[in-house]
Amino acid sequence: MNKHIQPDLDTSPKVSDEIRKTTCYMCACRCGINVHMQDGKVKYIEGNRDHPINRGVLCAKGSAGIMQHYSPARLKAPMKRVGPRGSGEFEEISWDEAFQIASDWMTPLREKHPEKLAFFTGRDQSQSLTSYWAQQFGTPNYAAHGGFCSVNMAAAGIYTMGGAFWEFGQPDWERAKMFMIFGVAEDHDSNPIKLGLSRLKERGAKIVGVNPVRSGYNAIADEWVGITPGTDGLFILSLIRELLAAGKVDLEYLIRYTNAPYLVNCDPESDDHGLFLYDNDGKPQVLDRATGEPLPFDQQGVKPELATNYTHKGTLYRPAFQLMAEKYLVDDYAPENVAERTGVKPDTIRRLAAELARTAFEEEIVINQPWTDFRGEKHDEMIGRPVAFHAMRGISAHSNGFQTCRALHLLQILLGSVEVPGGFRFKPPYPKPVTGHPRPHAKPVANSPLNGPHLGFPQGPEDLAIKANGTPARIDKAFTWENPMSAHGMMHMVISNAHAGDPYKIDTLFMYMANMSWNSSMNSRGVMDMLTDKTEDGEYVIPRIIYSDSYSSEMVAFADLILPDTTYLERHDCISLLDRPISEAEAMCDSIRWPVVEPDRDVRGFQSALIQLGAKMKLPGFVNEDGAAKYQDYADYIVNHERRPGVGPLAGWRGEDETGSGRGAPNPNQIDRYIENGGFYMDHIPEEALFYKPWNKAYQDWAVERGIFDAPSPYTFNIYVEQMQKFRLAAEGKGELQPPDHLREQLKMAMDPLPTWWQPFEEALVDGEEYPIHALTQRPAAMYHSWGSQNAWLRQIHGHNPLYVSGEIWEQHGFEEGDWAYLKSHHGEIQVPVVRMDALNPKTVWTWNAIGKRKGAWALDQDAPETKKGFLLNHLIHELLPPKGDGLRWSNSDPVTGQAAWYDLRVNIRKAPTPDNLQSEPAIAPQKSPVGQGPKNIRYGEDF
Amino acid sequence: MTTLPQSTHKKLGLAIDLDICVGCHACVINCKEWNTSNYGAPLSDQDAYGAEPVGTFLNRIHTFEVKAADKPAQTVHFPKSCLHCDDAPCVTVCPTGASYKRADDGIVLVNESDCIGCGLCAWACPYGARELDAAEGVMKKCTLCVDRIYNENLPEIDREPACVRTCPANARHFGDYADPDSNVSRMAAERGAVPLFPEQGTSPVNRYLPPRPKADIQTDGDIDILAPFLDTSGNGNTASGTSSTSAKGLLGWLDKALEAI
Repeated sequence: MNKHIQPDLDTSPKVSDEIRKTTCYMCACRCGINVHMQDGKVKYIEGNRDHPINRGVLCAKGSAGIMQHYSPARLKAPMKRVGPRGSGEFEEISWDEAFQIASDWMTPLREKHPEKLAFFTGRDQSQSLTSYWAQQFGTPNYAAHGGFCSVNMAAAGIYTMGGAFWEFGQPDWERAKMFMIFGVAEDHDSNPIKLGLSRLKERGAKIVGVNPVRSGYNAIADEWVGITPGTDGLFILSLIRELLAAGKVDLEYLIRYTNAPYLVNCDPESDDHGLFLYDNDGKPQVLDRATGEPLPFDQQGVKPELATNYTHKGTLYRPAFQLMAEKYLVDDYAPENVAERTGVKPDTIRRLAAELARTAFEEEIVINQPWTDFRGEKHDEMIGRPVAFHAMRGISAHSNGFQTCRALHLLQILLGSVEVPGGFRFKPPYPKPVTGHPRPHAKPVANSPLNGPHLGFPQGPEDLAIKANGTPARIDKAFTWENPMSAHGMMHMVISNAHAGDPYKIDTLFMYMANMSWNSSMNSRGVMDMLTDKTEDGEYVIPRIIYSDSYSSEMVAFADLILPDTTYLERHDCISLLDRPISEAEAMCDSIRWPVVEPDRDVRGFQSALIQLGAKMKLPGFVNEDGAAKYQDYADYIVNHERRPGVGPLAGWRGEDETGSGRGAPNPNQIDRYIENGGFYMDHIPEEALFYKPWNKAYQDWAVERGIFDAPSPYTFNIYVEQMQKFRLAAEGKGELQPPDHLREQLKMAMDPLPTWWQPFEEALVDGEEYPIHALTQRPAAMYHSWGSQNAWLRQIHGHNPLYVSGEIWEQHGFEEGDWAYLKSHHGEIQVPVVRMDALNPKTVWTWNAIGKRKGAWALDQDAPETKKGFLLNHLIHELLPPKGDGLRWSNSDPVTGQAAWYDLRVNIRKAPTPDNLQSEPAIAPQKSPVGQGPKNIRYGEDF
Repeated sequence: MTTLPQSTHKKLGLAIDLDICVGCHACVINCKEWNTSNYGAPLSDQDAYGAEPVGTFLNRIHTFEVKAADKPAQTVHFPKSCLHCDDAPCVTVCPTGASYKRADDGIVLVNESDCIGCGLCAWACPYGARELDAAEGVMKKCTLCVDRIYNENLPEIDREPACVRTCPANARHFGDYADPDSNVSRMAAERGAVPLFPEQGTSPVNRYLPPRPKADIQTDGDIDILAPFLDTSGNGNTASGTSSTSAKGLLGWLDKALEAI
């Protein structure tokens, strides 16, 4: 027997030489990180305890940053293609040569046809710069990835309530007593949601998860509603019906803060049918109960009617609230009548409505904090309705997603739970009225900047991006009658439309950080064919492709010119209030990245490269009057660029005395001040301004001081979206701007100014008996789209992705452990391994998103599990709907915003033989790796 | 064979809350990241970019389904690392004395310089909590971050295991189970924490806080709040009756309600 021997241990070893604080980029969450450096290498990355987003915690992705930073898949230098497109054969070149090639391709386009450049960026968060660059170039063809991500969520939020979930707002985790989370796996805001769920649990709040799949957050929810995909809108409208029927809505809130009392023209013959009654000052009118007269909505002391018939100059008007009540108090939305479609029992719907009502109204929160509203009325306290909601891509990525997101916001508003204690709260620079955003601009003029920002929020048909000849002005057909409110553009249609020359041909496709030949496209194989397709004279149909990425992704193989980006630890970035903010409900915040490690390769941050390319091409805004470069690089731009006088990319430490918050002259020491402060800036909102922000005078004044607005911008929430009705009026034949006839019926249905639900398009077009099953993907918590598979640690968690099959389907088809299946849609068929899962909607199968890889990509072995068993559902999803027989190309998108309808997919399943080589199908031919393959074994940390 | 200390002054360990663990793997990777560069040999990865990647981890999450009759199936995420047992069979089985339990705080460690990589300890551990590092040939296991919890080079607030510090859901807690007033002892008592496989006789120190009962109400009863208005019988005499009467019902009520504002 060995005796108990206890060696002497050094329990206080050196931790690191130095901590450098920057911002994570292992996903889009944007947490603060402490990067421990030793001997010039990254030793350890932990969460920054002071940071507003993550308060010290860090997820698996963030903790695996070392493996991403030192990934063998990092690109090393600029490259030009030497083999055929798609082969992956490249030759390294200098940056000078790369810029020369890019300039030689693009400068002539600008001189004649700026629209021949299509510039689309992916998941970067530098849209404030990239859109500015595209605007200076003059092409109308610019957008980021929002169209294939969650534009329905963002646009529905902004049109309805002047802000949306995640970047624009958050649940009141500290006060909510009931929380419903719809369609969220791990897309966005991952650490704040986990922190928040934990706080809710600590306080004994009830969590309800609405999701076909009981993974992650739904696994710990107190109640799981395993809804059938695409029916969330119907479920929510049924909850709304029950609440309205019971009178459990917050009337005072609706009267004060929404357009519920606005008088709506109810004469179907009128040219203004469905529009509001305005006075001569352009103010919407409400009917005052005291006087029986119409008065401006914002008049102090007005007591509006919510249900009445009022005739004004011979035209009948009724309040929006009444139209809403009549729309939802019908049998169509009765729990019994939605139960079969949604898969949610009528009693469950009724009980959840009751629980929402009880929590909102019987557990009201009162904060003794006086405040003054925009009408000038003083209030002694702040009343809270402690029911909070969150949702993301699961309800958004359907062809009925916009209206579903609208329905959810309507539910929040009816309960009086937006911008109140315990409910949902905006984060600066939100709230912001939809009318305060730019409108779309799409008129190119040779050798000139575009006439305004590309993306925006149309207020009516006059804002559509349609040329005089009636054809779409943009290559992605955003802002057309097919999808009028496509506020984020439609990146998923760019390659398909450019290949089809519909609406016109382009010359150069310039993309950044979007794996469009693979997991970020529908119909991935078809897209690869489009990218490599040639004309009769042997030229590529899409003549030139420039692509920037940090890593050897699948898309790299399809580019003619590669601009290699840095890793996230090697770059400058700003997470700007001009872009996608990181603020909290109680503070205005922004942050930076800075090179905590210098690149050891010939790579440049894409934003710096873009600025330098802009200067080389002498784009306005990027050169001084003498033609010299205005900014050396992105850091220079971040500090010195001013969007309006005194307002630039970063809010903190502005001005000569470095005390400016939001406003102030550029400060050359600004980035140093950020670094000293841990990489971020935070300015707290005063107590009086913490709630009711859209209507709170103190908040509005505070926001003006900080440059968020130039004048106070209070507004009311839109339970009724008048802008949508304007498109419907056009569809009815009214007004000068008219849609093509084949779109009239779709517009009448889709542009309903009150939330509505329709059957998802693919489901309506395919034979439901032939394709009875829904198929989905979810993002795992430990992976961010395609990036994770190059990560030696993360790929050990999610190295391949089985198809999870519900117990019901499993039994029905007699599957057994280890089986494979054919999964077939109207567009294609795949052969994949299956696994049983019972915590799943019975009509649904699903898999993890973006695990499957093309052989040769990401510096992986050609036999890596990601390329063998791993697969993409994308092969089954087409960017176009099944043909309707009218010869038209109908995009597989939401008809309001154009959001890609990923989750409308319908399939059938049958047993397949287990392949001898365990290779999923389709197997795509390998691409050559421009970076070789990763090392066999690693022992990270042996140097320390 | 190696002896255990008679008793330990402290019983340091983890309380893991299964009610809030969402299975995100933050603890798994942050543990790997800290420990590969700190105590002992690195946690190596074989075939790291290849066909069968496999590496050493000191903490892993297992995900499984629980199916009960008449209830929706439940997904459970179960993080597992060394439980620092009082009667640690991995120590007593060690032929060289490399495995040992510290007398002062109860942490079970491997003295890598004495470890011959025979693997007996991993075989003896009923929890599968030890992994032999394929590159170094020594046994690796959770150290409770012994190089963090006393480390004077770290701010006091950070002197806790990496997995605890990083957990985004606050599902992991670190403390002294020998002290009945410690955070973990109190939490364990309040939540009815259970030892893992007590029948194995290892007296594990770590505790799992069980999931709180889920609502998952399948027979819905309590809808009092809406009862005055809800018409579940379908006889059409309240606001939610037929389409024609329901809107009228609401609008009649509305008039009174608006007067009250």
